[in-house]
Amino acid sequence: MIRENSGVILSVKDLTATVDGNTILKGVNLEVKAGEIHAVMGLNGSGKSTFSKVLAGHPDYEVTGGSVSYLGEDLLELEPEERSRKGIFLAFQYPLEIPGVSNLDFLRVAYNAKRTAAGEEELDAFDFDEVVREKLDIVKMDAAFLNRSVNEGFSGGEKKRNEILQMALLEPRLAILDETDSGLDIDALKTVAQGVNSLANANNAMLVITHYQRLLNYIVPDYVHVMANGRIIRTGTKELAMELEERGYDWLLTEEVAAV
Amino acid sequence: MTIQVSPVVEKTKTTAASQREAYWATLLELAQASQSPVKGLEAVREGAIAHVHTQTLPSTRNEEWRFTDLSSLMNVELSQPDRTLTPKAADLEAYAVPEAAESHAVFINGQFSPELSSLGAIPESIFVGTVAQAADDLVAQLGKLSGAEEGFTALNTTGFSDALVIHLPKNQVLETPVYLLFVTIGERASLVQPRCLVVAEANSAFTLVEEYVSHGETPHLTNAVTEFVLAENAQVKHTRIQGEATATFHIGKTAVLQERTSRYEGLSIHFGGHVSRHHWEVYQAGEQTETVLNGLLYLRGEQTSDTHSAIALTQPHAQTRQLHKTIVDDRAHAIFNGKVFVPQAAQMTDAGQLNRNLLLSPKARIDTKPQLEIVADNVKCTHGATIGQLEADEVFYLQSRGIDADSARKLLIYAFAYEILDELPVPSLKKRLLNQLHIVR
Repeated sequence: MIRENSGVILSVKDLTATVDGNTILKGVNLEVKAGEIHAVMGLNGSGKSTFSKVLAGHPDYEVTGGSVSYLGEDLLELEPEERSRKGIFLAFQYPLEIPGVSNLDFLRVAYNAKRTAAGEEELDAFDFDEVVREKLDIVKMDAAFLNRSVNEGFSGGEKKRNEILQMALLEPRLAILDETDSGLDIDALKTVAQGVNSLANANNAMLVITHYQRLLNYIVPDYVHVMANGRIIRTGTKELAMELEERGYDWLLTEEVAAV
Repeated sequence: MTIQVSPVVEKTKTTAASQREAYWATLLELAQASQSPVKGLEAVREGAIAHVHTQTLPSTRNEEWRFTDLSSLMNVELSQPDRTLTPKAADLEAYAVPEAAESHAVFINGQFSPELSSLGAIPESIFVGTVAQAADDLVAQLGKLSGAEEGFTALNTTGFSDALVIHLPKNQVLETPVYLLFVTIGERASLVQPRCLVVAEANSAFTLVEEYVSHGETPHLTNAVTEFVLAENAQVKHTRIQGEATATFHIGKTAVLQERTSRYEGLSIHFGGHVSRHHWEVYQAGEQTETVLNGLLYLRGEQTSDTHSAIALTQPHAQTRQLHKTIVDDRAHAIFNGKVFVPQAAQMTDAGQLNRNLLLSPKARIDTKPQLEIVADNVKCTHGATIGQLEADEVFYLQSRGIDADSARKLLIYAFAYEILDELPVPSLKKRLLNQLHIVR
């Protein structure tokens, strides 16, 4: 929700980045304020997933120019784990499987890493168990999942729900959802979207990266940005997403070329 | 075409070969000097000496030893083990296994130590004792398995000074695990030759753990042999842990004979030794046997460790499973050769082999060779080998959850090793190894 006088969480200016020597981001500008939900849409290869990974600090992506300020701090100076502890959360498009590490232990390690960074005491297994059980409802997850290895043998929907469970535990200030909707059936999509909606509040912000307008029926964005060729070429409201759904991307790309 | 070989090179070769022969002869002398006579074993030992005489210290020109260079062993002047030394009980506390508090045997430089052992939990019907106490018909089974003619195995038969014999009569099930600890000790590098024989009669079942450790950093040569005879429907879970000091040389042999419907579940863990080698051989003697060979190697520094496994099937309906995992860091080198023989008679075999390797450093090295020889036409046999590094994506995933890069790597190594260590049938040992290998969370 757009609110008057809310603080800036993320400010991206002229961001450029390369991977394997190829320039993918060619000058991204974006400002996200507390309480807002931003959707970033675009075709495959437009740079939207790269954008999310650069924000989270993936080492394969090299920032070559521009700046990213997060809560007034230079984000690009921080290691990925520091970004996480300061409240940035990336829900992965393809969450990794970690055999041999129980989901419960993994969640506790992540949870305690954040608490330690905030100067709070770590929770022991017993206390943490209570915390995590409260959060399970948000994503309608069975407690049995906690004792299984992280994402191992999980269905696509279960993996995505597990991502949202992590998000619920870590209570990020900026949550980036990287194609969280891809590969989900409609029921799983609703569950995931409801989870995300219940976590959105006046203090945090969401950056929802998606290929399809479908997700935005359930997570209603305040702004919709269209990425193409490594830049945000159009910003609008949710009606822009509807228009893209109806007309595709071509008309926008044509207008973009005409404008240049 | 003629190939000219320069006389200088020729001469060097001869020198190296004669050095190996001389060293091998020293090993035989040492073995013979430290043996104590075992009644009923004379003929087997005569045969073993003959086998040793026909061989030499293997060089890397020998295909079976191509990647495992023993030449550094020749720099070590070995002597007979000191029999007067004994570690303090406190020094062995780290190896205490509560599950086997009354069912463990300790060997110091290959010699059974009654003071450090406790076998109170072994019922009278089951025999666990030294070769000197063992019945004649058990002694008669020593050194009888296929593969006994292999050089190091024959060397052990020639000169082991003591042997542990375990006999489970028909239908006996031993619930407590038996834990064997083999300790090398002493400032003087020595040839230590532990020996075990396990005879599990029909329908018997038990769990055995062998652990090899050293006290101090002396470059001993441990040459250990353990034989298993599993009668019809017998079930043995076997864990072998080689965690000797990084100065030592370790050659190990595990030979298993499986009668009809017997089940052998083996787990071999190597993280010690400078150069180590494990020969792991299973011979099927009846149909519908089940064999599991799981392995984990974690090597660092300049360590080299080689696993040569062989499963020789001869009868139908066998099921074999092998998952062999290695983690190599620094300049370490792991070698795997996994043979499975499926001849015409072994129809309906279901054999699976997978070798997975994790390279943690650019200077680390893996040589892997799955080797399935399949003649039978109605069988299911699969094999595979993978070599990989810790994926940047995996480390990043954990980092993005607030876990620092170093902890993330440890967690991923832990996850890789856990699949194997999880199979360890003794909980306290599993916990200790996870700690010892520094792969705890």
